[in-house]
Amino acid sequence: MKQYDMIVVGAGVIGSAAARELSRYQGSLAVLEKNSDVCEGTSKANSAIIHAGFDAEPGTWKAKMNVQGNQMLDQLSEELDIPFRRCGALVVCLNEEDMPKLEELYQRGLKNGVEGLSLLSREEAVKREPNLTDQVCGALLAETSGIVCPFEMTLGLAESAAINGAKFYFETPVTSLEKIEEGWLIHTPKEDFTAKTVVNAAGVHSDELHNMVSEKKLKLAVRKGEYCLLDKAAGSHVRHTVFQLPGKYGKGVLVSPTVHGNLLLGPTAVDLEDRENVQTTAGGLAEVLEKSALGVKNIPTRQVITSFTGLRAHELGDDFVLEEAAEGFFDAAGIESPGLSSAPAIGKYLAEKIAEKLGLEKKTDFNPIRKGTPRLREMSREKRKEMISRNPSYGNIICRCEEISEGEILDAIHGVLGAKTLDGVKRRTRAGMGRCQSGFCSPRVMDLLSKELSLDLREIRKNQKGSEIVLERTRGGEKA
Amino acid sequence: MTYDVIIIGGGPAGLAAAVSARENGAQDILILEREKELGGILNQCIHNGFGLHTFQEELTGPEYAARFIDQVRERNIPYLLSTTVIGLTQSEEGVQVTAVSRENGLMVYSAKAAVLAMGCRERPRGALNIPGTRPAGIFSAGTAQRLVNLEGYLPGREVVILGSGDIGLIMARRMTLEGAKVKCVAEIQPFSGGLKRNIVQCLDDYGIPLKLSHTVVDIRGKERVEGVTIAQVDEHFKPIPGTEEDYACDTLLLSVGLIPENELSREIGVELSPVTNGPKVNESLETNIPGVFACGNVLHVHDLVDYVSEEAAQAGKNAAKYSANAPARGEEIPVETDGAVRYTVPSRICPQRMEEDLVLRFRVGKNMRNAYVCVAVDGKQVLRRKRPVMAPGEMEQVKLKKEDLQGAKSIRVCTEEA
Repeated sequence: MKQYDMIVVGAGVIGSAAARELSRYQGSLAVLEKNSDVCEGTSKANSAIIHAGFDAEPGTWKAKMNVQGNQMLDQLSEELDIPFRRCGALVVCLNEEDMPKLEELYQRGLKNGVEGLSLLSREEAVKREPNLTDQVCGALLAETSGIVCPFEMTLGLAESAAINGAKFYFETPVTSLEKIEEGWLIHTPKEDFTAKTVVNAAGVHSDELHNMVSEKKLKLAVRKGEYCLLDKAAGSHVRHTVFQLPGKYGKGVLVSPTVHGNLLLGPTAVDLEDRENVQTTAGGLAEVLEKSALGVKNIPTRQVITSFTGLRAHELGDDFVLEEAAEGFFDAAGIESPGLSSAPAIGKYLAEKIAEKLGLEKKTDFNPIRKGTPRLREMSREKRKEMISRNPSYGNIICRCEEISEGEILDAIHGVLGAKTLDGVKRRTRAGMGRCQSGFCSPRVMDLLSKELSLDLREIRKNQKGSEIVLERTRGGEKA
Repeated sequence: MTYDVIIIGGGPAGLAAAVSARENGAQDILILEREKELGGILNQCIHNGFGLHTFQEELTGPEYAARFIDQVRERNIPYLLSTTVIGLTQSEEGVQVTAVSRENGLMVYSAKAAVLAMGCRERPRGALNIPGTRPAGIFSAGTAQRLVNLEGYLPGREVVILGSGDIGLIMARRMTLEGAKVKCVAEIQPFSGGLKRNIVQCLDDYGIPLKLSHTVVDIRGKERVEGVTIAQVDEHFKPIPGTEEDYACDTLLLSVGLIPENELSREIGVELSPVTNGPKVNESLETNIPGVFACGNVLHVHDLVDYVSEEAAQAGKNAAKYSANAPARGEEIPVETDGAVRYTVPSRICPQRMEEDLVLRFRVGKNMRNAYVCVAVDGKQVLRRKRPVMAPGEMEQVKLKKEDLQGAKSIRVCTEEA
């Protein structure tokens, strides 16, 4: 039995943000995650956008947390050493009849307190974004909209929490909760935990966790969205995130640059029965390509390097559920878009609530700074030379597409919350994210994982248990 | 110092280019290779069948590579291993190459001429947008080949292969020999992209079915592949409803094409062909950037390594000549294609500069029997040769004669069906 003052269930971006904010306070803190790494659910597959905040209904949690979260990102990205760029967004209107809706969106944004909004004529929009289609008749510009790497953001938040004392338990799914005098008794297959307060950041399972403790039942409709990611050669096709104004042609999909220089198209929106069904479909991928072409022309769709499906926990009341659902049990449920953008604000809000409840003081020695693994490819030649002379493994390139060195991979494996799997290395370093999608580097990364973690190659996994890459020795291999 | 010729890549193309550059007078040569051994992809190709044209012997991949590595060593041509080139730019001397390695850190090398010999990489699943889940157990065929042949591990026990490129065919046999069950090879085209001999020796001999005009339309399994669905496709490559067949398997190997690896070429401004994804070159195998030559799979994907060696020897020779005395570029005539000819290498020819004979390589887009390969200069036919069989998986070549091209304004290479 392990005892903590505060336990966060879920190490996605919301759980990690909550953990980081809670780690500012005195008191023991743990994060329980059912998967083997942070950022394995909804947080890993989404549009990677820090929204400006004009979309949500004024007065909702979504509106409030989005605008606040967006404002927090500059400082946060600095402190956590994560890539973030305010590239701006254009919401393009594809049909004259829908133009009043653009004006509506603008007004809604003003009500939500979004700064840097302006309505653009077609000419102004095309001047900013030359690849808009002829169909675009006007646009809403949101200057504060930005792009981020969801993996690095989640990892940064989680590592920052860990640096400040949070203990992470992976492969530790919560099976049930019991109210006890001191707070909550939490059962997992491995061991039991107690906590005075619990944060429910269980993503697409947050209703299940909520329903274990509350009579006021919550029901999420899990939706999936399919995306296509294009090669870096296509990355500069648009400069802003280009949204389509929902209207005559449906909800539309976005076309956006990513912080790493790729081009992202998507998502679709389909309700799901199976909550973890992240498969892509031929129809979904075709829809992404088709719809993205409505707002942006000449997208080089031949340069798709991968496609994926993201999950969204949609709450039927259409808002985030942020409340104390039972004594000491705090929900962060139904966090769908703009969840990534809102995460820092949600984390802060929950932490303040919990600190108040437990009467916790702030630590005097909270360290806001977390360093990511170095990105040699982005360094000047001089700096890179210096780095390699200090640590020669930075000179040994393992992933040729993204030019990731052995040293960067070793840093990721031995990081605060080190990588244990191929996907873990990929998300921390980008090794395997390039145009050959790990064909070249995966055997090499497997060797490094095997050596550094003292595992047999057969134990090296893609991600979860059961995702081992190689199954047995070859006949000749036995002798080797 | 400034090298005469710097060669990026120490695989079959780079090795042959280096040997030939030295034979043709280049003194200061440097090969940069990112692997810890010379030989490139040949090192994992432990099957035989290499070198029939060059050595009249059936060698394994490592044996073929060793012949050239020996030649490089005999000539004391310097090479750096575990060294990755990260930058290629033009400079006053010619080219500037930036490379990193554990031993030497970040280094900048200058050379009068460069030979691009970086090879190619395999197209991944994402490039095909195959729907389904994303579990472990999906490998490009070359990655699986490395795991089996170099690491000594078996990536799967029940295997479906998508794509009948040569590596896929070779791996069908290899996995079978290791005790895995290869259930079928699906190919979206109505023909195989691999060599005929590989279809016979790797599939037919083991009773592995080749399903032409079929593709994978779904992948199942959460952590590990549990099965795939294969369906027949119509002439537009769209799956035909009702033809779906489920295969239980733990592994899907992809052999769905190779992409020449031209990041560095792009960086220095080399113009690429949208057909081959490799550089456009002239009769000297020189790109639009003076002094930058290309050969092997970075230029266009070859079927036989023998042709890579031949082509690379030309590139090495021309790079050596260039480094001694950069010749003035004359007027270059574009090579037009027609019929089933998809592209030619070279795609431009300067008749003044060409040697007496010039080998022009190309591939056709479909299977043909008893068709003709024709070459016309200024509308006048100079060559018409009957070919009993032509196939997309096999490279074709014709020899052009300098005398036929003097004063020419246009060259056209085409196929004519019987």
